[in-house]
Amino acid sequence: METNSILETIQMVSEEKLDIRTITMGISLFDCIDSDGKKARQKIYNKLTTKAKDLVKVANQIQAEYGIPIVNKRISVTPISLIAAASDDKDYVEFAKTMDQAATDLGVDLIGGFSALVQKGYQSGDIKLINSLPQALTETSRVCGSVNVGSTRSGINLDAVQKMGTVIKDLAKVDPVNCMSLVVFANAVEDNPFMAGAFHGVGEADCVINVGISGPGVVKNALEKVKGQPIDVVSETIKKTTFKVTRMGQFVGNVASKSLGVPFGIVDLSLAPTPNEGDSVAEILEEIGLESVGAPGTTAALALLNDAVKKGGVMACEHVGGLSGAFIPVSEDAEMIRAVTGGHLNIEKLEAMTAVCSVGLDMIAIPGDTTAETISGMIADEAAIGVINNKTTAVRIIPATGKKVGDEVEFGGLFGKAPVMAVNTNSPADFIHRGGRIPAPIHSFKN
Amino acid sequence: MKAILTVIGHDHVGIVAKVSTKLAELNVNIIDISQTLMHENFTMMMMVTLDNSTQFDTVQKELASLGQETGLDIRIQRQEIFDAIQKL
Repeated sequence: METNSILETIQMVSEEKLDIRTITMGISLFDCIDSDGKKARQKIYNKLTTKAKDLVKVANQIQAEYGIPIVNKRISVTPISLIAAASDDKDYVEFAKTMDQAATDLGVDLIGGFSALVQKGYQSGDIKLINSLPQALTETSRVCGSVNVGSTRSGINLDAVQKMGTVIKDLAKVDPVNCMSLVVFANAVEDNPFMAGAFHGVGEADCVINVGISGPGVVKNALEKVKGQPIDVVSETIKKTTFKVTRMGQFVGNVASKSLGVPFGIVDLSLAPTPNEGDSVAEILEEIGLESVGAPGTTAALALLNDAVKKGGVMACEHVGGLSGAFIPVSEDAEMIRAVTGGHLNIEKLEAMTAVCSVGLDMIAIPGDTTAETISGMIADEAAIGVINNKTTAVRIIPATGKKVGDEVEFGGLFGKAPVMAVNTNSPADFIHRGGRIPAPIHSFKN
Repeated sequence: MKAILTVIGHDHVGIVAKVSTKLAELNVNIIDISQTLMHENFTMMMMVTLDNSTQFDTVQKELASLGQETGLDIRIQRQEIFDAIQKL
């Protein structure tokens, strides 16, 4: 027995909050398509509750036997805009309710895929789904939605960007907290296990298991032991640590896949923070040598972290996928919240940071009087960063209806609280209202 | 099934006796054992085997309640996870 290895592993879990952030079962709904919406929904309910019937049980069993916490059990499905398009339903709210019912009956935490892919234009189901988003996400508790508005191959659909600004405002009018269930993407990935952006891509197998790992605390702890050493050592330390964390993800995914009789898809190598102390990506950046996240140097430190996480993780698992990088959600990271509240971090710096990590402006509360056009402008900027840099970017912002800069929005649990951040108030309205499509960048033509 | 059992806590008389008695009652076989004091904390690790008739969750619950009674942190985890993380 190698005593030190055993103690190190136990310490990683008990003190450094290493966990499997999510086991997400991706389920294709193509065989549920029906011209009668009601029949389609019955087929969807039946398929979900058949394929995922043991998901929660198996995850809990793995957690108990191997002593590794599995925080979330989730499902992602084929984008509903594709599945519901064959029906003549006028809106798709009932589809969201069916997903919600199946998730509740199965005991899974969240179900993603109330989604549309409109980077190049709308098919008939897309616009119905987008129009249904405010009501669907208000009247369900476990459903997550996403809309892909741009890609490196097709450019940015400015009509959709404009529309999503309005949808987010409408959603926030009822309750700002609902906005945490909606992500606007550029270059969305088809095997993402993380919410709110998970959906099961059209090129995926019928049913797969994807795993999202976590462990900012483990990385921070490892870096504490190399204080003052050259940055190369920092990179090496992150790589070695991430390797171990990812091995655990690969192992848990293998066990889950075998127990459920479902193929193992990918491990998503993401450092996902929680508001718990010692589980923060911002603290890693500060450990690298910044007085506060947001200081000059933050983008460089984050770039190094993101790259080292991937390099360490790639060799540790069979297939890497999903978003794979460091997440920088404001509300879900205690140190990020402190930096914002203390005036050390603003939206412009966060935007710069999204150019070098996954994923985007995430869980950021903005003043309630921010216009739909300004939100669209923020979406367009993020999409441009993704499209030009050939990476995924996303916007999950929360217009805090009735609140102003300095107030707070409470989400509860793992989602934390978000201080309302200042947004540039100069209007992009004329730009957004031009509509149309921003052409794909020149470097996308690789054939 | 092989598992790793760890016992960590304040050192006092009879820890090894209590843990091994409980394991015997539960039909769990000890195949390796190591024990040390780290910063005055009693730290014991055991490699154990459970036969197929022994319920893992029962063993886990019994050990956890023994841990509560004696003020020790007692964990049991299947051994493969340690190999997965620590070995290539």
